[in-house]
Amino acid sequence: MKTMMYRDAISSALAEEMRRDEKIFVMGEDVAITGGVYKATKGLLDEFGPQRVRNTPLSEWAIAGVACGAAMCGARPVAEIMHVDFIGCCFDIVLNQMSKMAYKTNGKLNVPMVLRTQGGRGKSNGCTQSQSLESLFTHIPGLKVVMPATPKDAKGLLKSAIRDNNPVIFIEHKGLYQTKGEVPEEEYLIPLGKADVKRTGKDVTIITYSKSVLTSLDAAKELEGKGIDAEVLDLRTLVPLDFEAIRESVTKTGRVVIVHESTERTGYGAEISAQIADKLFDELDAPIVRVCGANIPVPNATLPEIESAPTVEKIVKAAVRVCQGGKWNG
Amino acid sequence: MDYKELGLTKEELVEMYRMMRLIRVFEESAVAYFKQGIVIGNMHMYVGEEAVATGVCKALTKEDYIASTHRCDGHLIAKGADINAMMAELMGRENGICAGRAGKMHQTAPEVGFMSANGIVGASQTLGTGHALYCSLYAPERVSVSFFGDGGGNQGAFHEAMNMAALWKLPVIFVCENNHYAISTRVDTATAMGTFYQRAAGYGVPGVRVNGNDVLEVYAAAKEAVARARRGEGPTFIECDTYRLRGHHEGDEQTYRTREEVNEVRENNDCITRMQTLLKAEFGWTEEEDQALIKSVDDEIAAAVEFGLKGEPMKVEDMYNNLYVD
Repeated sequence: MKTMMYRDAISSALAEEMRRDEKIFVMGEDVAITGGVYKATKGLLDEFGPQRVRNTPLSEWAIAGVACGAAMCGARPVAEIMHVDFIGCCFDIVLNQMSKMAYKTNGKLNVPMVLRTQGGRGKSNGCTQSQSLESLFTHIPGLKVVMPATPKDAKGLLKSAIRDNNPVIFIEHKGLYQTKGEVPEEEYLIPLGKADVKRTGKDVTIITYSKSVLTSLDAAKELEGKGIDAEVLDLRTLVPLDFEAIRESVTKTGRVVIVHESTERTGYGAEISAQIADKLFDELDAPIVRVCGANIPVPNATLPEIESAPTVEKIVKAAVRVCQGGKWNG
Repeated sequence: MDYKELGLTKEELVEMYRMMRLIRVFEESAVAYFKQGIVIGNMHMYVGEEAVATGVCKALTKEDYIASTHRCDGHLIAKGADINAMMAELMGRENGICAGRAGKMHQTAPEVGFMSANGIVGASQTLGTGHALYCSLYAPERVSVSFFGDGGGNQGAFHEAMNMAALWKLPVIFVCENNHYAISTRVDTATAMGTFYQRAAGYGVPGVRVNGNDVLEVYAAAKEAVARARRGEGPTFIECDTYRLRGHHEGDEQTYRTREEVNEVRENNDCITRMQTLLKAEFGWTEEEDQALIKSVDDEIAAAVEFGLKGEPMKVEDMYNNLYVD
C-alpha cells in the first residue's frame, strides 16, 4: 500500500489504462499542459503526447459528441466535462446518443466511453459550479453512474469504467481531490456495481456515496458516543445499484438513513428509499430517513453552503431519530 | 457539370441513375405501406433529395463513415445498406436492420459504415466529427461524412463541430442538405445569410454550394472533399441546394408552401429526370432500357417488402435486451 491523493489516483488509473490500450485517449478542457483544473490528468501529456491527451476548445457539445462518435467506431475515449454543471451544454449526447446507442441498434453498436466530470459544493463556487447532478444520469436507461469516495475506489473504479463496453458517467467530487488514502501498489480493479461497507455497525445503516461517505463516517464516530453503532454503506456505483449489499445491511440493522449532497427532491435517495420500502418493508423497524441537499440552488456564502448540505450534526440527529424514535424536528 | 471531366463511364452514370430511382421507389413503397399501417413511425421522406446521398456516397468506400439525420433512407441505401432489412425495420420486424429496435429514424448499419440516423436534429455534426477523429487516430485511410439539413445547420453543434474539425484537421465532410424547409420554417426566415456555405470561411474550411439536385455537381464536390480529407488536409463544407418534394413528415398538410412551388421543382429540377435526360442525350438511352431499369428497381423493392412482411414483429419479451452490452 502507498498513500495517494484522490486526484493522483485518477491520473494513475488513466496512465495505467492508456499504457495497456492505445485505443484509450483523453479529451477535455485544460486537460493537457496544466493537467486539468483539479490536476487529475497531470503528467499524461508528457507520457502520451497531444494526440492522446487532447486539449479542447470550450465546446462541451463537441467534447461529448466527438468522444461518442469516436467510441462508436471502436475508440475508448475518456472525455472530461470540467464541472458537472456544464452538462447542460452537451446533454443531448448524454440523453439521446451515448445512452441509447446499444439499445436502439440491438447491440450492433456500443459506446465504450467514460465521461469524467466532477461536482459538489465546498469551494464557494456558487449555484452553477457546485451542483450534485447524479440523478440526471441515473434517470436515463443505458448509462452506468459511478461516484467514488476514496483514492483506492477512484482508481479501481475508473480502471473498470474504462474497460467497460458501455457508457459510464464517472463523477468525482471537487472536495475530494486533495484527500489522501491507502492505495495498493499492485494493479487492481474494483468492479462496477459493488457497494462497500466502509464501517460495520449493527444499529443503523447509513447509505451514502461520494464525499458524503466521509461526512457519514464522522457522524458514525459521534454516534458511538451516543451508544449507536452505525454501519456506513458506500454505494460507489449508483447504476448498477448493489441492492444485495443494501439488503444484507438493512436486514441486520432494520434502520436506514440515506445521505447525499444532491437536492433531496427526486434525488437518488428517493429511489433507494422506494426500493427498500418495496423489497425490505418487513425488515424495517423505523421509517427511512433522508439527509440530503436542501431544495434550493447551492448558496455561495460559506455557512449557507455548508448548512444546505448534509452535515455531521444532521446525520447524527437522523440516526438518533430512527434508533430512538421520538418526534422529528429535522 | 461534364461527366467526362469527372471520369465517369456510362455504366457509372446508369448506376447513379438507378441508385436515385431505388431510393425513391423504396420510399414511395414505404409510404404506401405506412398508409396501410404496416410500416410504422414518423415518416420523414427523402423524395427529391436523392442526388445528394447518391453523389456523396459515390465518392466514399464502404469503410468510410456516415453520421446521418432523421431523413436517412437515402444515405443508407446509397452507402450500401441491406434494403430488405431496412424495409423490415420500417415495419418493426425482428428481421429488420436493427431487429425492429430502431424504426425509421434510428436505423444503423455499421457493417457499411453507416453509424447513425438520428431523431435529434444537429446530433450528426459532432458524432460525424467523432468518427473522423477515430479515422485520424486509428484508421487514416478512412473519412467521415456528417449529413444535416438547413434546420440542423442552425444548431450550435454545427459551430462547435466545424471549429474542432478544422482545428484538428479531421477528415470529415460536412454536407448540408438545404431542402429549404425546417418542418414549416423556410430557410430564409431562419438563417441570417439565407445560405450556409459561406460560414465555412469563418473556420478556415473550404465551403461550396452546389445544385443538390444535380448528382454530378454533388459528386464533383464530394470527390474533391474526400480527396482533401484523405490527404490529411481537413474538413470541407458542401451545401447542397435541394428540395423536399414531400411534406416534412407523411401527413404534413404543407400549408407553408404552394403546390405550384413544389411542382416547379418536380417538373424542372428533379434529380432523376435530369440524369434520364443526360443518358438520352449522351448515350441514346432508350425507352426499353429505361423500362428494364425501372422494372429491376421495382422488383428489388417488391422483394424487400416481401422480406419485411415475412418477419415477426419485435417481441415484448425482447424489449429489455441490449440495454447494456457485455
